[in-house]
Amino acid sequence: MTGSLLKVDGLRIALASGQTTYNAAEDVSFEIGRGEAFGLVGESGCGKSITALAIMGLLKRPLSLGGGRIVLDGEEIQNASPAKMRALRGSRIGMIFQEPMTALNPLSPVGRQIAEMFVLHQRASWSEAMDRAEDALRQVHVPSPERRIKDFPHQLSGGMRQRVMIAIALACSPELLIADEPTTALDVTVQAEIIDLMAELCAAKGTAILMISHDLGLVANMCQRVAVMYAGRIVEAQPAEAIFAAPQHPYTQGLVNSLPRLGERSKRGQQRLREIAGVVPSIQAYPTGCRFNPRCPRASDVCLTTPPAITPLPADSLVRCHHHG
Amino acid sequence: MTLMPLKLVPKLRGGTSLWIGGGLVALAVFVAVAAPLIARTDPVMDANLMNAEIPPGWEFPFGTDAQGRDIYSRIVYGARISLTVGIGSQILNSLIGVSLGLTAGYWGGWWDDFVTGLTNLMLAIPSLIFALAIMAILGPGLTSLLAALGLTAWSYSCRIARAQVLSLKSQGYIQAARILGYGDLRIMFTQVLPNILGPLIVIATLGMGTAILSEAALSFLGLGIRPPFPSWGSMLSEARDQINTVPWLSIFPGVAIFLTVLGLNLLGDGLRDILDPQSTTRRS
Repeated sequence: MTGSLLKVDGLRIALASGQTTYNAAEDVSFEIGRGEAFGLVGESGCGKSITALAIMGLLKRPLSLGGGRIVLDGEEIQNASPAKMRALRGSRIGMIFQEPMTALNPLSPVGRQIAEMFVLHQRASWSEAMDRAEDALRQVHVPSPERRIKDFPHQLSGGMRQRVMIAIALACSPELLIADEPTTALDVTVQAEIIDLMAELCAAKGTAILMISHDLGLVANMCQRVAVMYAGRIVEAQPAEAIFAAPQHPYTQGLVNSLPRLGERSKRGQQRLREIAGVVPSIQAYPTGCRFNPRCPRASDVCLTTPPAITPLPADSLVRCHHHG
Repeated sequence: MTLMPLKLVPKLRGGTSLWIGGGLVALAVFVAVAAPLIARTDPVMDANLMNAEIPPGWEFPFGTDAQGRDIYSRIVYGARISLTVGIGSQILNSLIGVSLGLTAGYWGGWWDDFVTGLTNLMLAIPSLIFALAIMAILGPGLTSLLAALGLTAWSYSCRIARAQVLSLKSQGYIQAARILGYGDLRIMFTQVLPNILGPLIVIATLGMGTAILSEAALSFLGLGIRPPFPSWGSMLSEARDQINTVPWLSIFPGVAIFLTVLGLNLLGDGLRDILDPQSTTRRS
């Protein structure tokens, strides 16, 4: 890691529901270095997307920041003023999300939507901003950008729209790009192109990536380090190769084992794809002790009563399990 | 099955009502703009008692009134008043209604409660009574008419704007705009407003018809445009005593009001069919 860019420390996100308050995420800590690609993996509802929203300062009722620190480039931003966060969003932290179909204003030409970022954050004039928007479209490999800047979102395909979103998110060369399931709504072939494009542009601009996905394979391909979240907690963080080679937490092992691999069937014969037994517990009914204990093959008495603490491992890794390894 | 009776009325197709309405409104606008060119006489000054109460004919196409003024010319100039009141009051109503509704829907919270309460209050008071009260305070005249009609009928556009914003707020691109660092006002005016403009234009067009009718009503009651200046409503008011003996005094201003309001309503309906994809009257 070449210097820390984003440090999330003991983040807790509260979910108010009637009289009770649940923790939608708790004790979430990780660090992203400058230019590093960091993956956050987990099932739906495990708290990965709201972690991203918390970093952007955009948690809305019933969600709120319950505690912890968010440090961007040495500066704590969890209590920053709305005006300061607004200036930060889009200029220093960019974000791409899952639905390129709905994330663009249907009544505004895409060039204008890109150009607005320069006008908004860098006080550029509109004519200058439109020129730079054309450049930005060229950078995301949109063919004939001089014509495309006048197109409306409905005239573009899903992949093209996601390219436009990337152009908008990276317009002001942010230090951090948060990508929340950026390829989920796209074809597999387009997925690969988009991922390559993001990696290429971020490498060129030195932008760090926080990649949020439920696709372990995708994240491991793109990121240097990966954290796995389960039921609001980070259960394991490892370098990307290690998470496949030597997953430490039983949940990660379950995930890795459940990935289909080419050629495996022929090697092992008629073996079925393995799954993790049981379902994700609902937030109202998190089990005491380790939250994975109802589904865990290694669960023992201690797992039912005591939540496991974080165990640091070599190479910036950690695991949260009583029986890891 | 409850829709059955509707089928008995042959429905104008979206395109047709748009064109008829647009044509009538365009005609009214043309008449108002070109009044000095197409009027035959001065509507106020050219009184000539020798010509009093001449029935419609070659010399005076719509007849003359008790002072011998040409009804046709007075109706032509009256279009200026009616359209000024109709358009002016709707601009005022839309500005008030849209800014309140937009901010209420977007910000929510106590401001939303306040605006909703105020809107309900406005809707509870019959707007013509409200306008009457304002006219009584401000006195007759064009400015008071604009104030009376422009400050009392904004609750419709306010409610529509608020409801539209609520449904739009969860859209991806509104969220995206926040994530990209847009301020609240910028989101409201560049992202939200253009996307809710359609229904608001329809409401404003329909409201113009209502405003013209209200102007006629207020002038009829003697609170609008003061004689001798010609307004369709005040002409009707002056004509009411002679409706049996000199019917053309009331027929022609009545027809002018009828056609203009019909035109605006048809135009509003036609625009709704084009602009509002949720409209049930949309042609398939």
